[in-house]
Amino acid sequence: MSLLEIENLSLSIGDTPILKGVELAVAPGEVMGLVGESGSGKSMTALAVMRLMPFAARASGRVAFDGIDILAASEDQMCALRGDDIGMVFQEPMTALNPVKTIGEQVAEGIRWHTKASRAEAEEQARKILDRVGLPSAKFPLSRYPHELSGGQRQRVVIAIACALKPKLLIADEPTTALDVVLQAQILDLLRDLVAENRMGLLLISHDLAVVTAMADKITIMRHGEVMEAGDTARTLSGQLHPYTRQLAQASMHVPARPRPHTAGSARPLLQVDGVTRDYPGRRSSLFRRAAPIRAVDDVSLSIEPGQSVALVGRSGCGKSTLARMILALDKSTSGTIRFSGETITGRSEAELKPARRDMQVVFQDPYGSFDPRQKVEKLVAEPLHVLDKKPANAERRELVAHALHEVGLGPRDMDKYPHEFSGGQRQRLSIARAIITRPKLVVADEPVSALDVSIRAQILDLFAELNQKLGIAYLFITHDLTVARAITDEVLVMHEGRIVERGKTGAVLDHPQSEAARALVRAAPDLHRAIARRLQEQG
Amino acid sequence: MSAYLLKRLIIAAATLVLASMVVFAVLEIIPGDPARLMLGMNASAEQVEVLRNQMGLNAPLALRYLHWAGGLLSLDFGRSYTYSVPVIDLVRERVVVSLPLALIALALSTAIAIPVGLFSASRRGRAGDAIAMGVAQFGVAVPNFWFALMLIYLFAVWLRLVPAGGFPGWGAGAWPALKSLLLPAVALALPQAAILARVARSALIEVLNEDYIRTARAKGMPYRAVLWRHALRNAMIPVLTILGLQFAFLLAGTIIIENVFYLPGLGRLLFQAITQRDLIVVESVVMLLVAAVIAVNLLVDLSYAVVDPRLRSRQ
Repeated sequence: MSLLEIENLSLSIGDTPILKGVELAVAPGEVMGLVGESGSGKSMTALAVMRLMPFAARASGRVAFDGIDILAASEDQMCALRGDDIGMVFQEPMTALNPVKTIGEQVAEGIRWHTKASRAEAEEQARKILDRVGLPSAKFPLSRYPHELSGGQRQRVVIAIACALKPKLLIADEPTTALDVVLQAQILDLLRDLVAENRMGLLLISHDLAVVTAMADKITIMRHGEVMEAGDTARTLSGQLHPYTRQLAQASMHVPARPRPHTAGSARPLLQVDGVTRDYPGRRSSLFRRAAPIRAVDDVSLSIEPGQSVALVGRSGCGKSTLARMILALDKSTSGTIRFSGETITGRSEAELKPARRDMQVVFQDPYGSFDPRQKVEKLVAEPLHVLDKKPANAERRELVAHALHEVGLGPRDMDKYPHEFSGGQRQRLSIARAIITRPKLVVADEPVSALDVSIRAQILDLFAELNQKLGIAYLFITHDLTVARAITDEVLVMHEGRIVERGKTGAVLDHPQSEAARALVRAAPDLHRAIARRLQEQG
Repeated sequence: MSAYLLKRLIIAAATLVLASMVVFAVLEIIPGDPARLMLGMNASAEQVEVLRNQMGLNAPLALRYLHWAGGLLSLDFGRSYTYSVPVIDLVRERVVVSLPLALIALALSTAIAIPVGLFSASRRGRAGDAIAMGVAQFGVAVPNFWFALMLIYLFAVWLRLVPAGGFPGWGAGAWPALKSLLLPAVALALPQAAILARVARSALIEVLNEDYIRTARAKGMPYRAVLWRHALRNAMIPVLTILGLQFAFLLAGTIIIENVFYLPGLGRLLFQAITQRDLIVVESVVMLLVAAVIAVNLLVDLSYAVVDPRLRSRQ
């Protein structure tokens, strides 16, 4: 007997169908993985179970939870279910908690609401569940506010809220997507333990096939609001009978072809970083005492050769983005020197930096946030051209933009469109076009594919590889995703607490990590091959 | 927290000093010799000169500023040129009218705006919201003195519930005094409430789209409870900001409203002092209003920290 049964669930907003005949079931103590790319309807399915869909949504079909018809239930009945029998964890832990209430208040609130417990009883229970999710009272008293916690800790609080009343079903919508791999592994472990302890059903939603394979007994694959394939995880993924399943699996493991890998030691370095340190002013402990500075980057040295592709990997907060900002001369180092093409760029004025800026471009993580929505593509992509000594005339400018668009697989007609007319993957192509329009020698890419779906990610990685081969651009890839590092880089630098703790050939470092930090990253990184092999052993 | 408090206090004090300099300088620049005005057009130059010396008008500018500012600190505002009584006595009589008026208006506008904002935000896009915001739009557009006249016509002339103007004084008892402040307070409050309601609505709607609202809903709390417990407090920051800014307009509004209702308040005193070139009274009243605005904005800054724990822990 299933705990949750979804039969022929269809949902539309206005005239747009979002879900089409979705079927899904979760039994007590079972982990059901729901996989799909963005827009596939997986989050909407979850919201339909909670009946927290947008106001305009119209649903038909049947959603039954523990014998209750969810779609027909009254709002009061739903309020009684939510947070008590069904808990939900969301993707973005940084914003999932109310900033003006303490974590104790927020955990205890649901307990008091459902059990009518007194404040003291509810707080005692909140304390217990916070201890359980790994936030002990010594360091995390109930009086802490969300802003005093890191992303991983906040996600633990959200899990505590969802699991405080031992729900029969937990829905986790991309619970670890915003976290680095080490935190991801910890949170997944916690979820697995909670399922085992309480025989809770878990509906785990993710775009990451490796994560779902490692966690789920059964898997449902969705696309365009429809279920493509469903079944036991091992059988589904080893068989890969459905073409879309095969496509997803292949895209997840995609390694772009680079027929001419970089041979090290051939040329003098393009970028040379020597003993760079960056201090930030720390928080003042009292009004009259000076605060101890926080060292974000600590005595880092590295070099990149022309045409070389280097990955800078590390956990969130390890200082990799700060280092990148200093290399791009967007932030000043406290000490140390950075040389680019033989020229020192540290301590230079903006005018003196112009040649370096021309040869050094950047691609950011978020293809949605990095464009001014009110400007046309022509203007956006042409933006870096102002660093050229001789500003191109209008006709020439259009030609340059068209050429750059062509190189990233877009057409010249896209020039007159606005950013919102493009999909996420196309927008990332636009930011790559913007980066290569000045023919740079180095592109710094900060998590360039982590916001993209796997199939788009594979295409963008191919594009990076192709541009490296064709134009000889060197890359500095900043990422916490080891699959990306493995797919596209020659060398890996592992960063931990502001220092570079390990460096070497990508394959060598990832297969045989030496430092503790690198080992932790490799151990925590989800790997589809390994996960499928383990599943096959377990499920026969 | 103490560092935040100290910083705000220092900023408020500095603003006050700067404002006093500006007020003093501006009144120095504008034409019109108070000594000549007091003695009349027929007085001789010698007579005027003697009086100027007596009034200290011939001392160096900096010295006169320090003298004046020092006086302000010890609540010695000098003597009125026209009434020949200490300014502080004039002010004292008037403050007991204007201060209650401003406070009642402020309380009234908040008491109207927040529930209307909550009502509209929770019914976004529906008929109730459209009507409430339509009325608010009207309230923003219409000047307060027009409201005042309409209110007088309706409640004083037609229904005869309250007096049409004048102030019996607090000696006549609290209720008659309050009754005569009621219409002016409503006239002052309505346009302010209209603006504030719109701000509260948009702040609430923004907050209602936040992830933590969804978290609270997933806890099983009904929409209304989430609105009160989670959304309202987070929406208070922009509301408080506007409230602080509006207080200045409220004070400016009292000048007009006090004239419409014949209330013997600071606004009327200021108005009369300007027409009579009673510069010392003008300076004193303006400084008093400036101090009130700065004090209210200091309060707003401090209440940010009460509302938002993130401000408390920042240095």
